[in-house]
Amino acid sequence: MSLLLTVEQLLLKESAAGFAQDRRDMRALRTRRANAGSPHFDHNLWREMVSLGWAAVPFEEEFGGLGLGYAELGIIMEELGRHLVMSPMLSSVVMYGGLVSLAGSEQQKADRLPAIAAGERLGSFAYLESARHTGIGDSPITTTLEKTAVGYRLSGSKQCVLDGGVADEFVVLARNVGDDDAKGMSLVLVPAGVEGLKVSNNLLIDGRSVANISFDALVIESHWLLGQALESAPVADRVLDLAAVALSAEMLGGIQSVFDMTLEYLKVREQFGAKVGSFQALKHRAARWFCEVELSRAVVLDALRAIDHGTDGVSAIASACKARLSDTYDLSGKEGIQMHGGIGVTDEHDVGLFMKHGRVTELLLGDSRYHRLKFAIANGY
Amino acid sequence: MSREVFRTEVRQWLEVNCPASCRGSDNILPDIVWGGRQQVFEHPDVERWINALVEIGWTVPSWPVPYGGAGLTDDEVTILSEEMKKIGTYSPLFSYGMSMLAPALLEFATEEQKEEHLPRIASGEIRWCQGYSEPGAGSDLASLQCRAVRRGEEYIVNGQKIWTSSADKSDWIFCLVRTAIDAPKHEGISFLLIDMASPGVTTRPIELISGASPFCETFFDEARVPVANRVHDENLGWTVAKALLAHERTMLSASNRRSKVATTGRALLQVARDALGAEQGILPDDNLRAEIAQVQMDRLCYETLHRMNTEARNSGRGMGPESSMFKLYLSELNQRTSDLRQRLNGHESLVWAGEDLDPQEATMTRQWLYGKAATILGGTSEIQLNIIAKRVLGLPDQEVR
Repeated sequence: MSLLLTVEQLLLKESAAGFAQDRRDMRALRTRRANAGSPHFDHNLWREMVSLGWAAVPFEEEFGGLGLGYAELGIIMEELGRHLVMSPMLSSVVMYGGLVSLAGSEQQKADRLPAIAAGERLGSFAYLESARHTGIGDSPITTTLEKTAVGYRLSGSKQCVLDGGVADEFVVLARNVGDDDAKGMSLVLVPAGVEGLKVSNNLLIDGRSVANISFDALVIESHWLLGQALESAPVADRVLDLAAVALSAEMLGGIQSVFDMTLEYLKVREQFGAKVGSFQALKHRAARWFCEVELSRAVVLDALRAIDHGTDGVSAIASACKARLSDTYDLSGKEGIQMHGGIGVTDEHDVGLFMKHGRVTELLLGDSRYHRLKFAIANGY
Repeated sequence: MSREVFRTEVRQWLEVNCPASCRGSDNILPDIVWGGRQQVFEHPDVERWINALVEIGWTVPSWPVPYGGAGLTDDEVTILSEEMKKIGTYSPLFSYGMSMLAPALLEFATEEQKEEHLPRIASGEIRWCQGYSEPGAGSDLASLQCRAVRRGEEYIVNGQKIWTSSADKSDWIFCLVRTAIDAPKHEGISFLLIDMASPGVTTRPIELISGASPFCETFFDEARVPVANRVHDENLGWTVAKALLAHERTMLSASNRRSKVATTGRALLQVARDALGAEQGILPDDNLRAEIAQVQMDRLCYETLHRMNTEARNSGRGMGPESSMFKLYLSELNQRTSDLRQRLNGHESLVWAGEDLDPQEATMTRQWLYGKAATILGGTSEIQLNIIAKRVLGLPDQEVR
């Protein structure tokens, strides 16, 4: 499988790059932080992205999708990340849509996917219960789905639900109890606004919104169970892998932005009567940083293609990808600010916005420590 | 010729010409046959196989036919290597002549020089070594002092070269010499091809921290070299030298070129399992698992980037002087990997000699030590960083005040 973009993909990249650059709005990003109740993203902008077909990219044509792959999705994510353009692509298209696609019944898919692809319906995956990301299998999920005489009851709470405040529906990961036949995990569709569901919004350091949600003996109707099986851990793990790769593509764009703006600064900023980029102490760091950016680009492309081609060991490649992008964004945030000097720590300069988004994306879906060990497990050690 | 026709022809030729002993996972082929007048074949089949390859031009399949190649397209070369891989064979003939000198000759040499030297490189008749560094000219290569003074149709060469790999086994040396002393340092250098059998040329091997090594010192004492052996114009040798250095970096960054090279001794993970114990394969130490994962993930990234770069180059979307990035990263990655392996192996990695010496482990220990040279030879890591900063990133030169 080739690692070069096809002609169609190059065209998509060009159009996505133009769109994202045009809609880049750092001022809006700064002002929204004044209000914790700010909308999660610009809804007009989202409708524009939807009209370009972006929300439909990964879905099958029979459900209103474009039937394209992760290679294409990655191109869009990268360009959005390059200009810090916020959207529900990750939360709703990749994760919510991904779960419905992979686990949903035909009816559930028909009810939801066309609306997700049309950007009209938003959703989010509520899986996390601890401060740090954990995989599905190795986390002690305390949210329970209890079988009752008439149906099911959902109790517990979830953290860091991406764009949770604007979700029309949540997919909640819960541990099955009260039914000896099903010891595993379930994925439960919970509509926003149902009685007994509490949603609290939080604005993160980078302007993104996440929600903490809780359920107190929420009555679950049986058609809210996503798919037939009560053993959903593999689907959830798969979607977390897909999301980690899509997020990595977004991170790549941001990393490239920080690198480019810093390199430019090194060429214009003068101290001691010389361009600071002529000093070897900075040159060598910039050169090493460049290598990390290139390696990051390679592994993102590899992971996107591995998903599209159904390569063996996608989970391991996804971890190699997220681990590297997490480390490289961390490096980029640090070097970007340090090489800019004083102006780098002012709110006026964009590098700080990227650094903060870098930290958020680094911890989302698992940092490099988590993914190194996941990679080890995937490789049998 | 269509791809499929070519593929069929390759298959048929291999069927007839590749000895059975030179095929399969347990073939008798050495990793590398360096060639040259001192070449001794341990098995006649290897010699037969190489002769067959030379005959059809497949030791250097992409070179033009008059220079000993077969004039194959990139596509055909890929098919050829795929078909060889399928039956578990390869062309073991490899040399610095092939990987470094020949590309420079193709770019800069006269037709007479190409016709004289390239076919002998392609056939392995002549083995070449590199005369670049000097005791006083390492990273600052252009400050080299080995002198060549023109006298009629000859240069008289005096001076010393160091790190001349395998000089004691080589027949000819390609050499940077100073032909103008009052010019700026980059503009007084010429590129000479010197027959090491000439009177006044002597070599001495260098022992490294790993023990005996292929490196040598080479001395020139009134050695006479025909002017016809100069490649490119007098005092323009630095241009040739730079092109050749890029080829050297490319050669050094082609990982896993030979299937067997990477598999000497127990691999990293097996060493870890043996040393730490493992329950159903899972290592008990999370720090070490993370360290092993890191080098494995880094290699995955490196190999993907290298493949991307090759694809981009082959399709005309070249990306510039990234050979420095690859050389830098691979040499450091190999060092980290080897370092981790040795540490995991504990005191067994420390044995130098003795009754309980495990020859495979001793080889790994020596390779670990020898590997310290990888970030120095072919341009130190610091020089590679300078090249990336200047040529790829376009950062300004430091003003010398």
